[in-house]
Amino acid sequence: MSELLQFLFSGLTVGAVYALVALGFTIIYNASDVVNFAQGEFVMLGGMVTWFGHAAGLPLPLAALVAILATAALGVAINKLAIEPARGAPVVSLIIITIGASVFLQGAAQLVFDKQIHSFPAFSGDTPLRIGGATIQPQSLWVIGGALVVFAGLWLFFTRTLLGRAVLATSNNRLAAQLVGINTNFVMTLSFALSAGIGALAGVLATPITLTAYNVGIGFALKGFAGAMLGGMGNPKGALAGGFLIGLIEALTAGYLSSTYKEAAAFVVILLVLFFMPQGLFGRKSTERV
Amino acid sequence: MPRLTAKSATLLVLAALIAVTPFFFPSGYYYRVGALIFVNGLAVTGIVILTGYAGQISLGHAGFAGIGGYACALAPTHLGLHPSLAGVLGAVISAVLAYLVGRPILRLRGYYLAVATLGFGILVAMVLNNERALTGGPDGIAVPELGLRGLLKDWGLDLTNGQFWYFFCGIVLLIGAWIALNLHQSPGGRALRALHGSEIAAGTVGIDVARVKLQAFVISAVYASVAGSLVALQNKFITPDIAGFMHSIEMVTMAVLGGAGSVLGAIFGAGILTLLPQVLTVLAEYEQLVLGLVMMLVMIFLREGLLPSVLRKLRGRGE
Repeated sequence: MSELLQFLFSGLTVGAVYALVALGFTIIYNASDVVNFAQGEFVMLGGMVTWFGHAAGLPLPLAALVAILATAALGVAINKLAIEPARGAPVVSLIIITIGASVFLQGAAQLVFDKQIHSFPAFSGDTPLRIGGATIQPQSLWVIGGALVVFAGLWLFFTRTLLGRAVLATSNNRLAAQLVGINTNFVMTLSFALSAGIGALAGVLATPITLTAYNVGIGFALKGFAGAMLGGMGNPKGALAGGFLIGLIEALTAGYLSSTYKEAAAFVVILLVLFFMPQGLFGRKSTERV
Repeated sequence: MPRLTAKSATLLVLAALIAVTPFFFPSGYYYRVGALIFVNGLAVTGIVILTGYAGQISLGHAGFAGIGGYACALAPTHLGLHPSLAGVLGAVISAVLAYLVGRPILRLRGYYLAVATLGFGILVAMVLNNERALTGGPDGIAVPELGLRGLLKDWGLDLTNGQFWYFFCGIVLLIGAWIALNLHQSPGGRALRALHGSEIAAGTVGIDVARVKLQAFVISAVYASVAGSLVALQNKFITPDIAGFMHSIEMVTMAVLGGAGSVLGAIFGAGILTLLPQVLTVLAEYEQLVLGLVMMLVMIFLREGLLPSVLRKLRGRGE
């Protein structure tokens, strides 16, 4: 029993990271119909820049803030320099652009930082808390709490603020949003900044547990996407639930089946979802206008 | 003189390049580079069918190359197959896997295939890395000799190892290009290209969209698998890197750089990206940076790719 609890704790922890990545996917997807394959690199950058700043002598909170802001700025740059000029391009072109951005950021991180694995101290120490015979790291609570706070913040933003409603309006119908005076280009920029910032925050929170390196991004992207899809593409609630579920499935696979092949769990989920319920858990049947 | 069709023109240019370039080789090493270009060109021709014709994208095609390569390493020792038949077995396994993975996914929109193939490629690389008892793990595994060179020698055709693989890969590439070009003109190929324009429009004129996409995916997987087998047989050694994510990215970049819509363009792209690291060895460190940059720049500024864009410019000036 305590063993199961232990697996659940570790599943919730990584699941929270996947949920944040899935939320990042969802924000950009809703605003622009673009699936941003560079989403995982934001997580990597959050961790790497924080490590770099911390190693250079900055206090940890300041280094984390710098990392989140820098990554958000980079998200905006990707939108302005690579996505906006390709507006109206076929899906395949947009996929190649964002995966190109992802590969580019990996290459840049390799050069600017290095190829080693890095970490920085946990925020509230390393003394594990004992709950029901299992243990949980205080940092795990930071990660899980972070995902919930971000979700609540996004919910407030999208339902209670004018700007958030503008984003929702753009995702519903871009042209109609423009007609009522919404600056849809600004909405796109905002979505990329928000999405990149959330990704970086995930990296900052998770790195003391999962460690970071220049090439961790693509795995986060894959699992975040699996989470977003499981929950139903474009649905923030679904992204949150889906991310946590992918984490739990992965942890249970590692615990009861094979720790070597836990990475395969996300892929199997993707295939099963596509096979049996392409709309995901919370998604609606999609119709496409021509 | 009768006008050449685009198909025979492409094949003639390709055959002439393969036959004539060796006269300019300063050393035997260049046969190796040439063979590598042809193998990459073959894999990328498969990407042309999938991406250029059908408008779909795979981020895990290296997985199929891995299956083709490891089939040549494992089937001869474990199943007693001749290495050439092992390559065929690899192609069959790749086709079956592509069919199984592609069937549920290709009913859906473009990026689902990208994600699923990304996962598939990572999974294949993971299996090759972890099943040490079978695959030798990250250190790689030896591949038996194909034996065709010895056979040719008995018939009086004595080639060096480099020369043999240069011409052998060149001929396989020609066959691959010929098949792809034939497909381009066939009803099936037209259906594929109709998808690229608009899947919905293609559907309304009676094309079975999902089935046609699946065919393109399976065919391109076979191309990647055969290319993987050729690499393994030529090097007589193979490591899991062949199935790695970066190898998949290389294939896509080669295709879009040269022009994913044209066989010759894509092979040209394969040539550039294979040669670059040989010429500029300093680039090794910047490989990912360069690949990523090329992908973005080509898609933003030269969506058709280098060769078609240049040809169009030349033609525009000529008339």
